[in-house]
Amino acid sequence: MTDNRTYTPRRAFVKAEELSKPREKLNLSREKIKLDVQDLRLQYGKDEALKGITLGIPEKRVTAFIGPSGCGKSTLLRCFNRMNDLVDICRIQGKILMDSQDIYGPNVDVAELRRQIGMVFQKPNPFPKSIYENVAYGLRLQGVNDRRTLDEVVENSLRGAALWDEVKDRLQDNAFGLSGGQQQRLVIARAIAIEPEVLLLDEPASALDPISTLKIEELINDLKTRYTIVIVTHNMQQAARVSDYTAFMYMGEMVEYGVTNDMFTNPKEKQTNDYITGRFG
Amino acid sequence: MDAMNLSTHISSKFNEELELVRNEVLAMGGMVEQQLQDALNAAVESDSELAQAVLSSDVRINEIEMRIDEDCFRIIAKRQPTAGDLRLMLVIMKAIGDLERIGDEAERIARVALESFSNKQQKDLLGNVDNLGRHVLSMLHDTLDAFARMDVEAALKVHQEDQKIDREYEALMRLLMTYMMEDSRSIPKILNVMWAVRSLERIGDRCQNVCEYVMYLVKGTDVRHTEYDEMEEKVRGDGE
Repeated sequence: MTDNRTYTPRRAFVKAEELSKPREKLNLSREKIKLDVQDLRLQYGKDEALKGITLGIPEKRVTAFIGPSGCGKSTLLRCFNRMNDLVDICRIQGKILMDSQDIYGPNVDVAELRRQIGMVFQKPNPFPKSIYENVAYGLRLQGVNDRRTLDEVVENSLRGAALWDEVKDRLQDNAFGLSGGQQQRLVIARAIAIEPEVLLLDEPASALDPISTLKIEELINDLKTRYTIVIVTHNMQQAARVSDYTAFMYMGEMVEYGVTNDMFTNPKEKQTNDYITGRFG
Repeated sequence: MDAMNLSTHISSKFNEELELVRNEVLAMGGMVEQQLQDALNAAVESDSELAQAVLSSDVRINEIEMRIDEDCFRIIAKRQPTAGDLRLMLVIMKAIGDLERIGDEAERIARVALESFSNKQQKDLLGNVDNLGRHVLSMLHDTLDAFARMDVEAALKVHQEDQKIDREYEALMRLLMTYMMEDSRSIPKILNVMWAVRSLERIGDRCQNVCEYVMYLVKGTDVRHTEYDEMEEKVRGDGE
């Protein structure tokens, strides 16, 4: 070879050296734990729905709970903002600590707790009010009535929920005029308007079409830079797509909890493997 | 660049993942190309340092192959890619296999080169691979370009190039066989050189494979094991 061409990476945007660097992998033991569940047991009457769950939900990550119907994943999610308090026959043992504070402690203001830990349900549940008032509702409840503050929060929240561009010209329209996917994003905007620390999502996309579902998932990916997100889903692929960590539950017990990438490529437990590969559940 | 609309998914994370893995393949291709070039330079210019460098770079290429495999594996598990995205995953997993083997062939050439430095006659013989080597190198270069641009026409053109390489290979074989007949004592040395020539010819075949993958990726039709006319029809047909 007479010509001594030196190689320049014309095609690729990654340098060869970078490819040799070891990758940073998620590791639960290095995460800051936002919600620490310690041996949580929950009974509805005589039925034990949660049989001693212990896990730590890492801060500013997406954690997914998966498992077959009735495995207790929604029950566990509802424990985080004490929604189960509303059920008379429900008895809870064990602890849930948020930033080292027991949320079931005697001095906890449940209303304040629910402000810190927002929740979005399966079916979008906007209030029969305008789009604007839906988002402003939480603030008005806190006594904020300054128009400028409200305007700002409404816009930021709607932007945060990736809905602003679609509704900015019709903020005074009734929220029921929105599509299902838009309503769900509106509900998320309402939840983030009061600046919670944790967002609980209970099957947030199961009533939506595939495109709206992807939009919600993309939104979740954006939101995790600011909030700790816990999502319950029947859709395993959704858990695989959106979450950093996944917990697989079965019959009220935590079977496996770990990094989503590992869980969906190489689960440790046979039960997990059978469930995610569609062999039972 | 984005002939396949790879970066238009609703999920920006998915876009990033696809883009990253595609980039990794391109970078790997660049490394393999560099490796082949170094091997040839080492052979022709008797540069033993360069030959050693080729041998050691093979380890890195193997590592990257494993890394890309893992990425594809994860994308398939997590994203369930469909249509063009799925084809991209399959194509990448197959193409990096071929690239890795091209790297192995380059390594073999470097080994032959190293052996030749202590041997004047073999060294002179190795000079004969220069033309073929240069041709194969440019074929690899064009193959990687076709892959980077997802350019079917270019892939088709490069695919054809292998015929010329085969002819050059045969001519070179005849030449080496003549040497063997002239001087039977030199057969071991000539055989060594033949390994290098054979490696180059194999690289041409592997480039052809990658070109077939490009056509499959973009057009969605499998063009392996078909004659050129049929391949052309498959690729250019369908009212395109």
